[in-house]
Amino acid sequence: MATTESGYAAGLRVGLGLGVPTFVMAVTFGAMTHSLGWGILAPVACSLLVFSGSAQFAMATAFAGGGGVGLAVGAAAMINARFLPMGIAVAGDLKGGRLRRALEGQAVVDASWAAAHKGNGRYDREKMFSATLVQLPAWVLGTLLGALTAPSDEIIHRFGLDVVFPAFFLVLLIDEIRVSARARLVAGLAAALAAGLVLVVPVGLAIIGSGAAALLGLRTAKAVTAK
Amino acid sequence: MSPLWIAILLVAAVSFTIKAAGPALLGNRPLPVRAAAVIALIAPALLAGIVVTDFAGPSWTEADWTVAAGLSAAAITYLFRAPVLVCVAAAVAATALLRAFV
Repeated sequence: MATTESGYAAGLRVGLGLGVPTFVMAVTFGAMTHSLGWGILAPVACSLLVFSGSAQFAMATAFAGGGGVGLAVGAAAMINARFLPMGIAVAGDLKGGRLRRALEGQAVVDASWAAAHKGNGRYDREKMFSATLVQLPAWVLGTLLGALTAPSDEIIHRFGLDVVFPAFFLVLLIDEIRVSARARLVAGLAAALAAGLVLVVPVGLAIIGSGAAALLGLRTAKAVTAK
Repeated sequence: MSPLWIAILLVAAVSFTIKAAGPALLGNRPLPVRAAAVIALIAPALLAGIVVTDFAGPSWTEADWTVAAGLSAAAITYLFRAPVLVCVAAAVAATALLRAFV
């Protein structure tokens, strides 16, 4: 997010804002897995250990579809493969030796990572940390609530709660493309790629495929510096 | 251990490794200019991909015009500089109202 606010306090603010949609998503995950017979402990442990909504939904869907451990892990890994380029992007702004950086890299979750982007590939490490730390309890407690109360899909649909996550990511995207014409071009291409790919490959792969649009940076790196 | 718990632990381990790889291997070595240009564009690219796939779902099975209307409400309120939470609330309200009354 190309704001001037930075540091732990800014991350806390972002995290509190993110906490609401995160909590809602978590309730959905808890409810879904409970209805699949996961009980209460397994969904909560999953949210605590994996802490990635899209991967957890992919894993649960694969299991529900009769897939075994291999398919469930494979689906989650494909979805989470996007953390590889995200981790590479933030690598230069983390601190310490290899082990410490590997641990700091765990703070990469979609929304914190996007909110910590200062522009031009630089990231606000402290902002990312605190934004992630606020979301973790929201994610785990939401899962617990979902598994305990198991609200139906119908309720989530009726109150429009399924729009929460895409709306959040759309706002983050607007921040990114407001500042540069090149970012708008890349986002347009990525959207087209994702729209086409999702017809033929799983969602996780389509997201990674859309990331290929960033390769436009190779062509225009030298020419474009202005908007 | 049941297959479910094995899967949960494996997914946790795989996620950890994926997130650790970039920071641990790249360290703080400065990147070549061209690589840096690509990295700067990863955020808008992946965010666009996430929004589109979130909306469309697998093979476009989840595309829903009331969600599209909600997303438009979020975009418009944000362009008028409303705070993020207000924009998300506008999206939820638009989608829920359309589903209730149309």
